[in-house]
Amino acid sequence: MPNKASLDNPSPFNQFSLSTPELREMAKKLRRHVITMIAQAGSGHPGGSLSAADIITALYFRVLRHDPKDPQWPERDRFILSKGHAAPILYATLAETGYLPVAELETLRKMDSRLQGHTDRGLTPGVEMSAGSLGMGLSFAIGIALAARLDSRTYRTYALLSDGECQEGQTWEAALAATQFKLDNLTAMVDCNGIQLSGRTCDIMSLEPLIQKWQAFGWHVIEIDGHDFDQILGAFLESEKTKGRPTVITARTIKGKGVSFMENNVAFHGKAPTPEEAERALKELG
Amino acid sequence: MGAASTREIYGKTLVELGRQNRDIVVLDADLSTSTMTSLFAREFPERFVDCGLQEQNMVAIAAGLAASGKIVFASTFAVFAICRCFDQLRLCISQPNLNVKIVATHGGISVGEDGISHQAIEDLALSCALPSFMVIVPADAIETAQAVRAAADTYGPFYIRLSRSKTPIVYPEGCDFKLGKAATMRQGRDATIMATGIMVDKALEAADILAKQDIDCRVINIHTLKPLDEAAIVKAASETGAIVVAEEHLTQGGLGSRVAQIVTAQKPVPTEFVNLDDKYAMSGKADELLERYGLTARHIADSVKSAIKRK
Repeated sequence: MPNKASLDNPSPFNQFSLSTPELREMAKKLRRHVITMIAQAGSGHPGGSLSAADIITALYFRVLRHDPKDPQWPERDRFILSKGHAAPILYATLAETGYLPVAELETLRKMDSRLQGHTDRGLTPGVEMSAGSLGMGLSFAIGIALAARLDSRTYRTYALLSDGECQEGQTWEAALAATQFKLDNLTAMVDCNGIQLSGRTCDIMSLEPLIQKWQAFGWHVIEIDGHDFDQILGAFLESEKTKGRPTVITARTIKGKGVSFMENNVAFHGKAPTPEEAERALKELG
Repeated sequence: MGAASTREIYGKTLVELGRQNRDIVVLDADLSTSTMTSLFAREFPERFVDCGLQEQNMVAIAAGLAASGKIVFASTFAVFAICRCFDQLRLCISQPNLNVKIVATHGGISVGEDGISHQAIEDLALSCALPSFMVIVPADAIETAQAVRAAADTYGPFYIRLSRSKTPIVYPEGCDFKLGKAATMRQGRDATIMATGIMVDKALEAADILAKQDIDCRVINIHTLKPLDEAAIVKAASETGAIVVAEEHLTQGGLGSRVAQIVTAQKPVPTEFVNLDDKYAMSGKADELLERYGLTARHIADSVKSAIKRK
């Protein structure tokens, strides 16, 4: 049966089914984890975790059918984090949903930790893909979506890409293929925070007009504010109802969202906050 | 003894495997009529995915299917599968140890007229560099069928390199393929030729030439480059005291490098290498190319004599 997430009627298949105000609080909590983890690790990518926080919160706490006690449940909806450098927000989510002990978050990027700098499929419960080299996740998600069709399973596959990642040729190979294969059980999300490591995407290698590109590749495109839960949930609902072709949600987001001095700041793409900065950030995130 | 196409037997074996196991899925990148996965596509269209000219996409799709419990065979030409897709092979398949079998045709310079863009001569170095990958180069069609079956039956990533041209049959009476175990094709005391793929036939021919000169040469078919049969290599070094390694590959990183690593560490003996040195080839007929670039029985026999002289 399809996932029945809706604005008024939280999914009976998502055991958390948080209300929108609860989602807002949870996202804040996850952002605090991200800051603490990366500050403790002394390296990492805070900006892209913070921009994706609301989308991932909505998925895990409202939309996805998943069971933290059974990470390999064959019918689970799959979440593929293609932008592997946002691993901290995924780890924080997996901890708060019960896949990992919350205390384990402080091991991020340390020797022998299950929480590698970029995601490792074999190591971390709940992580579906080893990622970190950009542009591969949508292809991987296509494989999973094809398997669902072969096995007549009803799970959906969700792949989160960065906008910078749309500069990779393989992303567009996958964009062609998902349409060719009519994968309406696949939803891609592009975290359009507008910033990559060395500057603004529009200055480095412009993706615009991004929406028209996805449309031209045959996708159903939904443009949203990636920090507005009503829009996020509405887009997921629309993607489930879209038949015959895949859906991409282009989510306008703010890099570093939630921490004033990280917002739209290129410096915090791949730099850990100092202890003082972390303290300020945590204060802002209440 | 005759010759047969390794890619054709691959296609036929895939169909048999597909009948036996519904979890087998086959991917190709617009070359199915060359790699012969077209035979599988015809019988099991629902389990065949043509990825078009998107090799990198294909490799990552294969990984996603394998992550969902499928046994995935992905085929194209060796240059495209291995050289073009190395990062995808590394991160999507090797690191997470997923059940994907890359079976590529058109390995080596015996591809012929298409020239260097289509002649994979670095693929063994690259694939052997991937942790968790098993790497096989069958000597003929008989061995290909068994190698493909072994790959289907054994969990984990595989690279199997096949040829474009028909390959002389070296196992007219069938073979007993054992993954990771080198096969002794011919006993001998004076030296050992270790060969893989199409060079096994040439090694046997070289041993015949040498026999006429009273040189008693052992021939070992190292079909599995990874994991390597270290015991067979050390035994041959100990018992014959000289080694020649023959392969259709550049000098770096292939079977020669792998054998040399074992021999130098465990039983140093004079060792010579018959391979493509450090350069690309050109267009031409397969036999002309093999002659020009020194991949013949005569070249192997000469190398055996050089190795024995250094004893």
